[in-house]
Amino acid sequence: MQVQTHVDINSEWGIVAARQAGRKLAREIGFGSVDQARITTAISELARNIYLYANQGQIKIEEVTESGKRGMKIIASDEGPGIKDLRRVMEDGFTTSGGLGAGLPGVKRLMDEFGIESEQDEGTVITTIKWLR
Amino acid sequence: MRIPILKLHDYLLISVQVELDDQTALRFQEDVLEKIHEEGSRGVVIDLTSVEMIDSFIAKVLGDVVDMSNLMGARVVLTGIQPAVAITLIDMGIVLDEVPTALDLEQGLERLQLELEG
Ligand SMILES: Nc1ncnc2c1ncn2[C@@H]1O[C@H](COP(=O)(O)OP(=O)(O)OP(=O)(O)O)[C@@H](O)[C@H]1O
Ligand SMILES: [Mg+2]
Repeated sequence: MQVQTHVDINSEWGIVAARQAGRKLAREIGFGSVDQARITTAISELARNIYLYANQGQIKIEEVTESGKRGMKIIASDEGPGIKDLRRVMEDGFTTSGGLGAGLPGVKRLMDEFGIESEQDEGTVITTIKWLR
Repeated sequence: MRIPILKLHDYLLISVQVELDDQTALRFQEDVLEKIHEEGSRGVVIDLTSVEMIDSFIAKVLGDVVDMSNLMGARVVLTGIQPAVAITLIDMGIVLDEVPTALDLEQGLERLQLELEG
């Protein structure tokens, strides 16, 4: 049976809850400690972005299998302001909030697959996968 | 949640043993600076052995604690960063620039002594 959980992000506690749920699932799927840290960090970045920029949204985490490979998928979705310039937000150091601007480019490097869909005033959906090696 | 700060002679010793949510991290930042001021501390060791994840926000808070403490005249050494955490930070492209580090609390204290004498 494939496991799937979702955590609503509407406060700082949602960020903590999402990364705890993520670490638990990553451990259950069989990821080692380094990949557990990578996945948990990626979830933390995506959840904080939802909280900061869209106020609320959802993190969905699930086990995935595809042509014999197993992995973990994270879907971060919100109905916030959307992202105007998708290329720009993937640059290291780009931030509109005085952060490090390390979140999104960092998530892309921590995970194996990464995609953003965003529509201005409609929201943002970020999907990312880590494969078990 | 509050992270306890211990005083040892001129130094402050802090072992972060809780899951760092944003509020806890920010309060920790304030508490360290206030304590440095109150005690006239010359050095601070922050032990991260139990910390399982450092994301960009927590990295920024830690980096700021180091910079602000330096500004107040106290040196900060970070100790016990887990391998998985170190690897994740490098993957993220986050460099805790010029922050002295050591393997554990004991070596952290030695490192501080060197920093302060040298
Ligand atoms: N879900 C979102 N909705 C709208 N805008 C977003 C969203 N996520 C990110 N952004 C925009 O993309 C920018 C870059 O995000 P990124 O996470 O890389 O850096 P940051 O959040 O600014 O800083 P850091 O994550 O290092 O603390 C943000 O400053 C914000 O403008
Ligand atoms: Mg961010």
